[in-house]
Amino acid sequence: MMASAVTKLRRFLPLMIGIVLLGLLAWGVTTLLERLTSRNGEPVVATSKPAPSETPHIAATLFYATPEGDALMPIRREVPLAEGVVAQGRQILMSQLEAPPSPYISAIPKGTTLRAFYVTDKGDAFVDVSGISAAHPGGSLSELLTVHAIVNAVTANLPAVQRVQILVDGKEVDTIAGHVDIRRPLARDTSLIREGEAASP
Amino acid sequence: MSRAVAVSIAILLLAPVFLVRAQGPPPPSPLTLIAREGRRPVPTVTQGGQELIALDDVASLFQVMVAEDAPTGGVTVTYRGRTIVLSAEQSIASVNGRIVTLPGPVTRSGRRLMVPVEFLPRALGPIYDRRIDLRRASRLLIVGDMNVPRVVARIDAVGPPTRATIEVTPVAPVTVASETGRVIVRIEADALDLTLPAGGGLIEQIRAGDQANTVALVLSGTAGMPRTATVANDGLARITIDVPAATTPGGDISTAPPPPPPPTDTLPVGTRARFAVIAIDPGHGGDDIGVRTGDGLQEKELTLDVARRVRQRLETRLGVRAILTRDDDRSLSLDERAAFANNNKADLFLSLHANGALGSGPQGAEVYFLRLDREGETVRRTANADAVSLPVLGGGRRLLEVVPWNLAQAAYTDKSEKLASLLEEELRRRVPMSPRAVQRAGMRVLTGANMPAALVEMAYLTNREQASKARGDDFRNAIADALYEAVARFRAASIEKLTP
Repeated sequence: MMASAVTKLRRFLPLMIGIVLLGLLAWGVTTLLERLTSRNGEPVVATSKPAPSETPHIAATLFYATPEGDALMPIRREVPLAEGVVAQGRQILMSQLEAPPSPYISAIPKGTTLRAFYVTDKGDAFVDVSGISAAHPGGSLSELLTVHAIVNAVTANLPAVQRVQILVDGKEVDTIAGHVDIRRPLARDTSLIREGEAASP
Repeated sequence: MSRAVAVSIAILLLAPVFLVRAQGPPPPSPLTLIAREGRRPVPTVTQGGQELIALDDVASLFQVMVAEDAPTGGVTVTYRGRTIVLSAEQSIASVNGRIVTLPGPVTRSGRRLMVPVEFLPRALGPIYDRRIDLRRASRLLIVGDMNVPRVVARIDAVGPPTRATIEVTPVAPVTVASETGRVIVRIEADALDLTLPAGGGLIEQIRAGDQANTVALVLSGTAGMPRTATVANDGLARITIDVPAATTPGGDISTAPPPPPPPTDTLPVGTRARFAVIAIDPGHGGDDIGVRTGDGLQEKELTLDVARRVRQRLETRLGVRAILTRDDDRSLSLDERAAFANNNKADLFLSLHANGALGSGPQGAEVYFLRLDREGETVRRTANADAVSLPVLGGGRRLLEVVPWNLAQAAYTDKSEKLASLLEEELRRRVPMSPRAVQRAGMRVLTGANMPAALVEMAYLTNREQASKARGDDFRNAIADALYEAVARFRAASIEKLTP
């Protein structure tokens, strides 16, 4: 009985190993394909959850209004490391929307949330936000600061992205508060940035 | 007996003549009051060679209070706390304490108090909220900032061909349309101050058109196809209309004289006169309040008030037509604002705003002109290359540049930059300026403007001191003066450049 069982095992073992190997190969190929498509394919909506807190961080340059509210200040902050342009862009924007370090002011109205972030193969990124217009205080300057805090945060940290278009609730809009044209992707604008190196809070 | 009968008959026959003489000269044709609200006749009477208007008519037309001081025979006219005191003996009036002269004193005709019509511009004008312009020759009483150019027509040659000339002062955009048997001249204006001759030659009649801003030339049955040309210079627009005799059907075409070549030194029909229309855009409005201060000052109210002050200055001092994208509290999309300026063929577009910052520190005025993005730059580079030449009515061709309408500003960024720098200079003389006084930015409202355009942020309402100043007349007038001066300088420079 024992002998016949061992014989059976000997006969099936290569088959089982083969099945396991095939499974591993299939998983590997799928993962590889996913990675390839996420880099080169059509716009991909980042839906992954933020990385857990124990993951490593990168130093990113984020943009906040000066305490007087007259310019943007580049500030170096720790942002969770994520894999791929889209996931990293999402992490940068989530950090940008968080409360600013003292004594700076957020140029983006409180209550603004990130709905989606994606990048096309032309190097245009799309930042889809919600709740930005209703809470905006108005005025050309504060609107310029809002728009360029977002555009600069993405372009300063993701070399693959040249231009950024802001969408509101998934739609293209004319402006956030009646002044600054955001119908098309915008390039990085340094004219509103206060002179000097990026400061750490 | 027979003599008595003859005298009686003579008296009976002559009685109507005496009756007519006793009534005085026939009443003058009524004045026509022209205001934004519309037009209406205002009756006047002539007494002792003077044209008089009843004070109760003035009271109902202009919402003034009239009170008679019985013992002295004087009359007090009150309008919003400002007073005019009229004397029954002297041809003078005290207008808010200042003495002005009138052609005659206040008089009584039955139950009604009468004053010379000059009372309106001389006495009521200085205390009234709106301008009062009396043009007696053309029987017009213009109230408010109405654009009513003088239009004088004449027959230069009876012909054939018959030539008529129509002159419009100050210049206003003109379009001429020829229909069967008539020519319609449409002048961009609220109304026209017309001086028209009888017809002559192949033009049977020159008369006011069916609409308030048109003149109609009625042609005779033997008139051919009229040819028209419009030129604008020396502060007036001149329209020349040549009406040839109709060519006989079946006539020998080869012996007919060749038609004269189209005039080459004239602008094609429909060409706008130079710098006749300025569009002012009071930012925000309706549900869109803009920036709001803690004590309730709203950007949308400030922009409208200043826009009206600028309009008043431009129309009275510069003689141009100033149009507002909104003259009340309504919401308009940014494209509607630019389209309004484009549709009215404005020569300049000024959008008025008040700024807001995230902190209370920033202060001072800022001027913005359009920064082109990648698409805009492409349009700017290729605008002239894509121009299309089209034939126009009256002969000649006109070059049309084909530009996507929402990027129309791309063709004007150099001129807009010049406009912005003039605005900055004039503002700096009068109000505090921001450290970034002139900026190039992607301002949405400017993108579709098909003319030089700029956006002015008058002050920061988030700055306590600036918000308090922005409530006052001094600040608002200073901004209006600065914008007026900048537009006048820009206009003068542009006209100089255009004139050979």
